[in-house]
Amino acid sequence: MPMLHTVNKSPFERGALESCVRLAIKGSSVLLIEDGIYGATKGTTASDMVENAMKDLDFYVLGSDLKARGVDEGRLIDGITVVDYSGFVKLAVDNDKVQAWL
Amino acid sequence: MSDTKKFLFVNRKAPYGTIYAWESLEVILISAAFEQDVSLVFVDDGVFQIAKGQDTSDLGIKNFSPTYNALGDYDINKIYIEKESLEARGLTVDDLLKLTYEDEDDDWAEKDSIHVVSSAELVEIMDQQDVVLSF
Repeated sequence: MPMLHTVNKSPFERGALESCVRLAIKGSSVLLIEDGIYGATKGTTASDMVENAMKDLDFYVLGSDLKARGVDEGRLIDGITVVDYSGFVKLAVDNDKVQAWL
Repeated sequence: MSDTKKFLFVNRKAPYGTIYAWESLEVILISAAFEQDVSLVFVDDGVFQIAKGQDTSDLGIKNFSPTYNALGDYDINKIYIEKESLEARGLTVDDLLKLTYEDEDDDWAEKDSIHVVSSAELVEIMDQQDVVLSF
């Protein structure tokens, strides 16, 4: 059953995002938070992996964590949805389970 | 001064996710107070520390990025960014803070503190140091 996955590590430093997209069941949602938001940016060594994963997974990114790190929404991969804290709560409620990739 | 040593601070972590970036900046400022010859390197995710436009107001934590602007006043004006690290993250020097200093040997002309260097150049810079501190 699809679920919500959160990733809070940079894809350039840890394998959390890579493991998440490898192991998340089709139709799941992935929410990038904290240092995980760098995985939502285009033109990086990780963006091909994310764009490929988006065929099977819905990607979200927490706006407050983008703003804190000076990442403009114009730099995001097309098709990734920016959510606020209420959106984070809604994703958590709408999914039966949440898995945190630390 | 004969007691002056060449100090290099190597910054490799993104800001906010861990405390490394903030701790590094504190130690850098302390070292400047001791009038050492300080250079900074931003490599790997460390390049994110000096991204411009940071705004942590939603997070309730301090945005320490404006502090980097003060480094020039502490005679810290050798700030090296690894080109390969920027490119891997889809960044250019235009995405970074514009850090400058006033050159007292050149009629206080404002000059860039940031130097984008290749990995090969960074090898040489690291080799020239007396002390290397990693964060």
